[in-house]
Amino acid sequence: MTHSALLIAVMAAVTMLLRFLPFLIFRKKTPKYVSYLGKVLPPAVIGMLVIYCLKDITPFTAPFGIPALVAAAVVVGLQIWKRNSLISILAGTAVYMLISQGLVYFDF
Amino acid sequence: MKPQTVKQAFLRSVPVMAGYLVLGAGFGILMRGAGYGALWTAAMSLFVFAGSMQFVGVGLLTGGASLLTAAVTTLTVNARHLFYSVSMIDVYKNAGAYKPYMIFALTDETYSLLCDGKTPENTAPEAFRFLVSLFNHGYWVAGSVLGSLLGAVLPFSTAGIEFSMTALFIASFTEQWLSSKDHVPALTGLTGTLLCLLLSGREHFLIPAMGLITLTLTLLRGREEAKV
Repeated sequence: MTHSALLIAVMAAVTMLLRFLPFLIFRKKTPKYVSYLGKVLPPAVIGMLVIYCLKDITPFTAPFGIPALVAAAVVVGLQIWKRNSLISILAGTAVYMLISQGLVYFDF
Repeated sequence: MKPQTVKQAFLRSVPVMAGYLVLGAGFGILMRGAGYGALWTAAMSLFVFAGSMQFVGVGLLTGGASLLTAAVTTLTVNARHLFYSVSMIDVYKNAGAYKPYMIFALTDETYSLLCDGKTPENTAPEAFRFLVSLFNHGYWVAGSVLGSLLGAVLPFSTAGIEFSMTALFIASFTEQWLSSKDHVPALTGLTGTLLCLLLSGREHFLIPAMGLITLTLTLLRGREEAKV
């Protein structure tokens, strides 16, 4: 049990190190290059996270990623239409749950 | 703190609530199955507060991994947090006493809620960002403890609710796309990551992707800055 506590402490410490490091390094003045990265990274990182979340899709075996792709289309469509993230997220998740639980069918 | 700030921060955090409660519960159930009760679960959710790493961490705990293995695993699984911090340096610049906690609590989801740097009208920006972080942390801890204590007694199937996190990122991506004229960074992130996923497989693509994204955006710096 002591070892478990130490393991958790290590995970916490390394995670904190990663989160704090950039703030500590650029504490005084932010170099222009880092400010530039700070501006262009957010959209790029969100794009990365989208792919990361969809990485377990299997395009060649059932369900061919259909639940995720249909739900993703719902989120994008609603966001363009209503510009309200909460609505897009709730509706997209509901659609995903209905399809993946087999309550609504999407087969061709 | 102004009631309006608290209210707006709560509203901003709502999209994360369902996902954190359910994924947190999943973590608590997994920990229970591995022989670790509510206190262990709470400690990990309080102090580590990094979703995917905690799921990996259950394996480290049950496998009796060495401390070095735990450190290296955490470093690779969580390396993306360096990215979040780099891009929040300016946004969190004036956070004062809130800052250490906000940096500690900068998860993927909190990042996606706050990274555009905008805050609602009539709110204190620093308190707003602090509260969004705190609410999200609260959902995560509450979800994981509930999962540990109650286990699988939910009366309806929640299968698929984890998609709410994916939906959050897709909504943020779409919103950033709509509110910006320059789509090069977004496309770099999307295609660069997809390329790395296809080339290096789903286990080890994030770190190459981060390298490729940084390299591409660095090479495009002249062009990008000329646009502003």
